[in-house]
Amino acid sequence: MNRVSGTAGTAGTVGTLRVRFLARYAELVGRSEGTLTVHLPATVSDVMSRIRDEWPGTAALPAQPLAALNLRHVRLDAAVADGDELAFLPPLAGG
Amino acid sequence: MTYLSTAPLSLDALLAEVAAPHCGGTCAFLGTVRDGPEDGGVTAIEYSAYDAMAEAEMDRIVSETRRRWPDARVAVRHRLGLVAAEEASIAIAVATPHRADAFAACRHVIEEVKKRLPVWKKELRADGTATWVDPSGHPSMVGPQ
Repeated sequence: MNRVSGTAGTAGTVGTLRVRFLARYAELVGRSEGTLTVHLPATVSDVMSRIRDEWPGTAALPAQPLAALNLRHVRLDAAVADGDELAFLPPLAGG
Repeated sequence: MTYLSTAPLSLDALLAEVAAPHCGGTCAFLGTVRDGPEDGGVTAIEYSAYDAMAEAEMDRIVSETRRRWPDARVAVRHRLGLVAAEEASIAIAVATPHRADAFAACRHVIEEVKKRLPVWKKELRADGTATWVDPSGHPSMVGPQ
C-alpha cells in the first residue's frame, strides 16, 4: 500500500482509506471492512465505483447508500482524504 | 459519556441524572421492543451499531438539544445486543424548568435518533426466522438463525 501524508485536493497524490460495511451490508458484501488506496482528489462516489470494480460482493449494495466519513453523515459528493474512515450504512433503524 | 449499553436500561438512573432544583418538569420516553398483531411473533430484536459513530452522533444530538433548550438537562441511553419483547431499547429523560420544554426537547431527541443514529435491528421470531428492519419499507429475510 502506498501510504502518503497530506490531504485531498492535490492532484497526483494517493490516499489510503479504511472502508467499512455495517450491519446488513457486511453480510451482503461478505466483509465488514477493507483498506483501499485511491487517487486524490476523489469523492465518496468515486470510492464506491472503485470498490464495485475491486470487491465483487459490493455489487449487492444499492446505487446510492447512506455514507459516513470519519463518523459523520456525508453526501456522496463529499471529498475523501488520506487516512479517512468511510462507512456505508444500511437504512437506519435505531430507537 | 457512553450512550450505548448492552445491559438493561434503568429509567431511574436517567431520572437521577437530570434531576435539579430549577427543573419543574421532567419528561421520560421509553422505546420498547414491540410484538404487535402486524409484527409476526417477534420474540426479540438484536440491535447493532456503528459504535464509535453512534456515540459521536448521540453526543451531537444531545449538544444540539441543550443549545436549543439551554435550561434542559438531558440523559439518554440506547441498548445494543439482544433485547426481548417489551424490554426498552432506548430511554430518554429530559428535565426543564417548565413542562412544555420538557415534552418538546424529549420529542426532539427521539426524532433525531430515528433520523440519524447509526443503529440497526434484526427482528427474531418464534419460527426461527430473522429479518433486518428497514424503515424505508423493504424488509429482507436472512433465514433461520
